[in-house]
Amino acid sequence: MRRLREAADAVASAAVRWRGPVVFVAVALLLLVAAPAALSPFRLELLAKYLCFAIAALGIGLAWGKGGMLTLGQGVFFGLGGYAMAMHLKLAEAGPGQLPDFMVWSGVETLPAVWEPFRQPWFALLMVVVLPGVTAFLLGLLVFGRRVRGAYFAILTQALAAAFVIWLVGQQGLTGGTNGLTNFTSFFGLDLADENDQRVLYSVVAVVLGLLYLAFRQVVASRFGRLLVAVRDGEDRVRFLGYDPALVKTVAFTLSAISAGIAGALFVPVVGIISPALLGVVPSLEFVFAVAVGGRYTLAGAVLGAVLLNYGKTTFSEHYANGWLYLQGTLFIAVMAYAPKGVIGVAGQVRDFVAARRGRAAPAVVPPARVEEGAAA
Amino acid sequence: MNAFLNQLPIGLSIGAVLLLVALGLTFTFGQMGVVNMAHGEFLMAGAYTAYMLQSWAGRQAVLVALPVAFFVAGLMGLVLERTLIRRFYGRPLDTLLLTWGVSLILQQVARDLFGAPNVQVKAPTWLVGGAEWSGIRMPYARMFILALAVVCVVAIWFYLARTKQGRRMQAVMQNRELAACSGIATSRVDQRTFFIGSGLAGVAGVGLTLIGPVGPALGTYYIVDAFLVVVAGGLGQLRGAVLAAFVLGLLNSYVEYWSDASLAKVVVFAVIIGFLQIRPQGLFVLRSRKLT
Amino acid sequence: MTGVVPGGREPLLRVTGLSVVFDGFRAIDGVDLTVAEGELRFLIGPNGAGKTTLIDVVTGLTRPTEGTVHFAGRTLNGLREHQVVRRGVGRTFQTAVVFEELTVEENVDLAASFRMRLPALLRRRKGRSDEVAAVLDRAGLLALAERPAGVLSHGQRQWLEIAMLLAQRPRLLLLDEPVAGMSRDERERTGELLVEIAREHTVVVVEHDMEFVRTYASAVTVLHEGRVLTEGDMASVQADPRVQEVYLGRSRDTRAAEPVGADADAGREREGVA
Repeated sequence: MRRLREAADAVASAAVRWRGPVVFVAVALLLLVAAPAALSPFRLELLAKYLCFAIAALGIGLAWGKGGMLTLGQGVFFGLGGYAMAMHLKLAEAGPGQLPDFMVWSGVETLPAVWEPFRQPWFALLMVVVLPGVTAFLLGLLVFGRRVRGAYFAILTQALAAAFVIWLVGQQGLTGGTNGLTNFTSFFGLDLADENDQRVLYSVVAVVLGLLYLAFRQVVASRFGRLLVAVRDGEDRVRFLGYDPALVKTVAFTLSAISAGIAGALFVPVVGIISPALLGVVPSLEFVFAVAVGGRYTLAGAVLGAVLLNYGKTTFSEHYANGWLYLQGTLFIAVMAYAPKGVIGVAGQVRDFVAARRGRAAPAVVPPARVEEGAAA
Repeated sequence: MNAFLNQLPIGLSIGAVLLLVALGLTFTFGQMGVVNMAHGEFLMAGAYTAYMLQSWAGRQAVLVALPVAFFVAGLMGLVLERTLIRRFYGRPLDTLLLTWGVSLILQQVARDLFGAPNVQVKAPTWLVGGAEWSGIRMPYARMFILALAVVCVVAIWFYLARTKQGRRMQAVMQNRELAACSGIATSRVDQRTFFIGSGLAGVAGVGLTLIGPVGPALGTYYIVDAFLVVVAGGLGQLRGAVLAAFVLGLLNSYVEYWSDASLAKVVVFAVIIGFLQIRPQGLFVLRSRKLT
Repeated sequence: MTGVVPGGREPLLRVTGLSVVFDGFRAIDGVDLTVAEGELRFLIGPNGAGKTTLIDVVTGLTRPTEGTVHFAGRTLNGLREHQVVRRGVGRTFQTAVVFEELTVEENVDLAASFRMRLPALLRRRKGRSDEVAAVLDRAGLLALAERPAGVLSHGQRQWLEIAMLLAQRPRLLLLDEPVAGMSRDERERTGELLVEIAREHTVVVVEHDMEFVRTYASAVTVLHEGRVLTEGDMASVQADPRVQEVYLGRSRDTRAAEPVGADADAGREREGVA
């Protein structure tokens, strides 16, 4: 009898330990094998778009969920990555020595100097990471270094998003203005009109998401991840452990910006456009909103939220465009008021409830109830 | 030189609107730790109030609308505070996101009620045109907005410094627990603050109808800048808000004038980041309970 | 006096002419203090005497209006909190602040790891280092290592703070009222822990609990209204009539005269680490 119980315990603890990897592999198989086989090219493209948002959501999960930094300017970093990629695609399409189509239309005669290096694929790919990363790093040092935080930080990032978009719109000849950059036909040798190549592109997005998820998991599970949580819950106390919280926050903010940049870069070939309307105050808030819906305290929640919310948005606004705003607003209020841990948290609450009903102690993996209070303070 | 001076009324009137919007924000943020993203919609509500009153009051609608808009927007603020925000005091980040949801809904309500396209409010005839003074053009409408802001600031100053209710408000802002222990009904004070703050945004909305069209997204153009005024001026600071609002308004209009409209916001942003290096807590600092 | 080691060697901590003014209120008013390597020093004094403010200044939390703080021969003035820690000065707080969502072990491990560079921090923690295990054991928290720090009792939190402080391996430990709010048993345990720690470290303890001070203190500095009133061993300090007047003998009278100072001290507490 005792051996039986020991065996059951061993199975249970193995289940706890292996649950994460098993879910990860299952989701990976679902995304990489089942989805391309089952979905129409149109639906697959939509899914690829959601996965791009999920990549950006990873960064928000890290910066906001773990680090307590409410960043309302992710659209800026998404845009920097997106434009870096789009500039390269436009130049590659135009051919050597030629101007991108929109410049010809708006009467630009020589290629602006900043565009020139983007002819090189390696340069463009580097910029996808460097532009958002360096921007966030400098902003982080300046803002966190002066102990500007909380709502102030959120407001500043929001102002950055507003300023960035207005600037983009104004630079017609440089950035394509309101229309942004669009009409892409190929992406590093992939024909964007070809269904098979679209599937390859989709797989690239899914794989990048998987890899970044693992990388961010590593960050969260590392000492740095613990330190980030400590900074969230008691920034002033962390100083007396000998760490500079400004640096910790800046690093996490930079990582989140990089993930947004990569998301933007992949968004460009998938959706075929990057424009100011996708990057401003409201889209930036929507990035955060998605993470709140999914569950900000876990990376899985952030990814889930991005996919769910954008799926909901597409489906719902196909039928009732106006109703979507009401629904979105109401949902937002409901999530903030009743489910601060998001969908993932609700699942946890239900699981606890069921476990309690069965008269068993909640499994040890359930995070302590303190999560909410700590983050709210 | 004249072109330079002609820009002055534009900058000042933008500053005046920013100030009226920012006052409510800075007091609710400073007193209750609430970041209200729906505040811009009170501005929008004020503007539509003037639009609605047109059918009844004709060209004098703007004048009639001033007290009505104050009341309408104030009431909206009060309802929002009572139903939702009250439960989130001291949690600025949560209120920010929560009220953004409210803001979305209010904008959509405006779209459904008044239609998506912009509408116009006709200014009273005596506010059309402007004075010329040694070659400088001073549009009456912009001077009127400026005067409106001056009157409101003086009234607020009087309220804070000279009335019992205003002093209670300051007490709650400085130390809520202590104020509560001294027998101040803090929740009443909070409601009053919300009402007045929201009402001022409504007044600003009426003023805005004099210089531009009214649309459902009117508030979104001002809310971000108004928050920057709060950040630069210091939490709950009347003086700080006044100074920051006019500096930001003027900076905006002059950068637009000298370089390129699209650069103005970038420059303002850079200036604020630079300013925070010197005064990370804004121009004036109120010693109050910590808000992080 | 006690601070100066025979032979004139530079003391580990030397505070000279220190003043701190808050909005016109002089919380510290011209304090000189030296602590020699290896010493166990108690800082006592009535509420508002400036004890916690003194620690705040040494650790960079509060900027002095005047005066200098030297540690191990170098000035600490102008350094930020984490830089002071990196020089080897660690502290605990009156109201123990630990990271509730992290486990007890993770709390201690973070404290032990601040010398790591970023790439090392980005690696996962593999098992429990001997050092962390030893510190947990010493603080009597080994059995609770895997529990989130949020479940700890008040006394256990204070021990966790001490464990975190030990894990930092500082040259100077500043303990701010380590037994405040503790039960008799807990106070006893803390005292034993303190004696043990003081064998290998230089320790300054701010304390209010006179019974505790009498039991464990050898060298004592008495602060009163921002000034050093007297210094010496416990017996001579207790015998000093000035001390009896301001502190020991007149506890009932002083309470009435205290509010201003008490408020200021409480203010420090709140602002310090919230």
